[in-house]
Amino acid sequence: MHIMSIPSALIWAVWLLPLGAFALISPLIRPFPGKAEPASFISIGAVGISFALSLWILASVLQAPDRQIILHGADWLSISGGPVFNFGLLIDPLSAVMLSVVTSVSLMVQVYSRAYMHSDPSYLRYFALISLFTAAMLGLIVSSNLLSTFAFWELVGLSSYLLIGFWFHRPSAVAAAKKAFLVTRIGDVGFLAALLVLYTKTGTLDITGLNSPGVLSAISGGVLTWAALGLFLGAMGKSGQFPLHVWLPDAMEGPTPVSALIHAATMVAAGVFLVARMYPLFQAAPHVLTVVAIVGAFSAVFAATMGLVMKDIKRVLAYSTISQLGLMMLGIGTGGVWVGIFYLFNHAFFKSLLFLGAGSVNHATGTFDLREMGGLRKKIPWTFAFFVLAAVSLSGIWPLAGFFSKEGVLAAALDKQPVLFGFALLTTFLTAFYIFRVVFLVFFGDYRGSHGPHESSRIMLVPMGLLAVPAVASGWLNANGGFEHFLGDGATHGFWSGFIGALAHPLALFSLLAALLGVFSAYTLYIKRWISPDKVKWFLRSPYAIFTRKYGMDELYENIIARNALYRGVFQAADWTDRVVIGGASAGIASLTTGAGRVLRRFQTGQIQLYAVAAVLGMTAIVLIALVRG
Amino acid sequence: MGINIAFWVLAVLAATGALAVVSARSLFRTALGLVLCFLSIAGLFFTLSADFLGIVQVLIYVGAIAVLLIMAIMLTRDVEKGNLPSTLKIPALVSGLAFAGLSVWVMLNTSWQVSSEAPTTPTASTLGNLLFDQGGLVLGVEIAAMLLLAALIGAISAAREK
Amino acid sequence: MTAGLNNYLVLSAVLFSIGLYGALSRKNAVVVLMCVEIMLNAANLSLVAFSRFVTPVALSGQTVAIFSITAAAAEVAVGLAVVIALYRQRGTVDVNDINLLKW
Repeated sequence: MHIMSIPSALIWAVWLLPLGAFALISPLIRPFPGKAEPASFISIGAVGISFALSLWILASVLQAPDRQIILHGADWLSISGGPVFNFGLLIDPLSAVMLSVVTSVSLMVQVYSRAYMHSDPSYLRYFALISLFTAAMLGLIVSSNLLSTFAFWELVGLSSYLLIGFWFHRPSAVAAAKKAFLVTRIGDVGFLAALLVLYTKTGTLDITGLNSPGVLSAISGGVLTWAALGLFLGAMGKSGQFPLHVWLPDAMEGPTPVSALIHAATMVAAGVFLVARMYPLFQAAPHVLTVVAIVGAFSAVFAATMGLVMKDIKRVLAYSTISQLGLMMLGIGTGGVWVGIFYLFNHAFFKSLLFLGAGSVNHATGTFDLREMGGLRKKIPWTFAFFVLAAVSLSGIWPLAGFFSKEGVLAAALDKQPVLFGFALLTTFLTAFYIFRVVFLVFFGDYRGSHGPHESSRIMLVPMGLLAVPAVASGWLNANGGFEHFLGDGATHGFWSGFIGALAHPLALFSLLAALLGVFSAYTLYIKRWISPDKVKWFLRSPYAIFTRKYGMDELYENIIARNALYRGVFQAADWTDRVVIGGASAGIASLTTGAGRVLRRFQTGQIQLYAVAAVLGMTAIVLIALVRG
Repeated sequence: MGINIAFWVLAVLAATGALAVVSARSLFRTALGLVLCFLSIAGLFFTLSADFLGIVQVLIYVGAIAVLLIMAIMLTRDVEKGNLPSTLKIPALVSGLAFAGLSVWVMLNTSWQVSSEAPTTPTASTLGNLLFDQGGLVLGVEIAAMLLLAALIGAISAAREK
Repeated sequence: MTAGLNNYLVLSAVLFSIGLYGALSRKNAVVVLMCVEIMLNAANLSLVAFSRFVTPVALSGQTVAIFSITAAAAEVAVGLAVVIALYRQRGTVDVNDINLLKW
């Protein structure tokens, strides 16, 4: 089957369409109060076309020579006659896969939002911002130059700020938006520093240029290490890796579909994408990939433990995201691009489905609190079905998508870092436990809330159903090694041998066992109650306390770093310098002037003859000096 | 020879008059010293063969300005206080001596280009031509006239009863 | 001893300095004005002396002296008017008391 290669104008259109939707809705339609709902079709239509185009791009890339399409675009700017920064597009398997992930999830989320945000007065603003968010992420994915990547990176940060703080009348939403913005900014400093280092050493920020072995071998290992660490710091901020993860759970203050988008496709994926994008650079830098893997593995377990005890369904999912992103980092750090991106690819679908399911549950019960749910299996059967599918997929149970990607990560970790493999296996167990804790608490037992639950409208259920398909099946893409072959260079083999044969591998049995153990533990605790959860809580009260307090990370940042180190230390020192040194200097000069004036004005006696005497003596002196010297 | 004697006599008289102005106790003696000084200078003008200016000096300074000053003395009732020095007597003396020393030193140390030609006499017609003839200083004369008019009006407006 | 240019100039300087001393040291504003007149006369004297000894035929120094006398007349008229006005306002012509323009 041969498909016509996509015209370059349409590649540009992929990210310009959502941007156009933003430009159309935000300044043109929003100021005029009118029918809000039809305007959402602009946004949905734009992203829908983008989705179709990205599928076409995917197909074209498969056929393109070198599996790469580079559009040079326009010369953007040059620094003092130096090399020109080119604003172009780079389409390779990585960006093509990311494009289809982002556009498809964004499309489903937007359709879902039409119902979810139906009664919100800021309906138009919502769609404008979500278009901007999508456009920024798509631009980030396709840009061929790290400088424009950085610009889109910041644009992603800005639009996530605006969406997390969407309900800006809530102080908690404002605080969460600010936190997200500031914490990711710390990472961005690293990104920017890496850009500066790379630019001064190589004179280019072109991605293909930087990733070429010729350029990489020209820079010393130390510089490469720092540059890669800087890039990874940026990725840590965006992808919520320890210790910059604190913004992510708070970002739940945004509307639930936004959370779905942030957690699945647009925001947090950017960090993983960046590492994957610059993978040859990371590979060339000694030890940085190990750092990536260690940080990822630690974040995975660290976040999963907190996910065990959260009482808010969205917060459980948030910690789950951090944990899963950790596994992606681990995958990239040990196995390479395809492992991490394949995980990201699968995760995008089932995680967005989980969030949309949580939104649907919230629609039904009016709360996100797990303690006020229960027994919803009968009340909202469709949501239940989709949610459970996504949960099983997340847990990594064969034959759903999560199994295949998790297996990749585990295999890679075992191969390179056996210790981290232990972390990953532990995470698998914890993941299955916490997600099934949610499933059992929400859908089984007796209803504990007061709201009369009802199933969501079809506009919400249809996107969920559509997402459920890849949530189940996206993993099968690699059953024959196709995905790995596409992104990396593995060989393909028969579909069924991979699909079934995966089970025969002892590693798969291990991970499956861990996952099932997790599910079983949750079943024991929350369905059968052979052991009361309260007893477990009491028995494990000290770790429980640590988990619920989130390891004191918020307190650490807020009280120790922000309040003591920064406020008492740096800011008060700056304040003191300002008041005493600078203020003192200016006040001193002022008082010196007035003091001098106070003394000198005594000479202004009003006695005209005194002035005349002074004038005569002065003139005499001047003439005398002129005579003597001349 | 006669002119030399006249110069020395007149010089001493002028200096005496000037010293009387600055040192006499009575304001009347001050005014008289001023008149003496003016007259001696008029005489000195004659010794310099400036006959027209000598006449003008007598008419304007002795006839007009000195009289005006005496009238001012009469009008203000500070006559009985006398001609007192202010608090700045010593600094003023120092300034005066410094200025005198400096200017005398400069004058004596400059080599003036003295001409040996016989001076023009009488001067009235020559001065008249210089001031009013073609290429003369008519504009200056007109400006001086304006200055006098302005001073006249200014003096009246400043001194009249409000 | 023949009375030459230097004699006149020194006399002029002496008269000027006496006038200066008086102008700086007298309390009475009218006397101060008188001293100013002495200074102007001293200047006139030197102008005429220069005219006699440096340009005896052209008389240019005397022309300047005429203008200087004119200016002196204007000055004394305005100065005395100011003194009269001051006297009316403050009842004194003592320059030590006329010191409103100070700190």
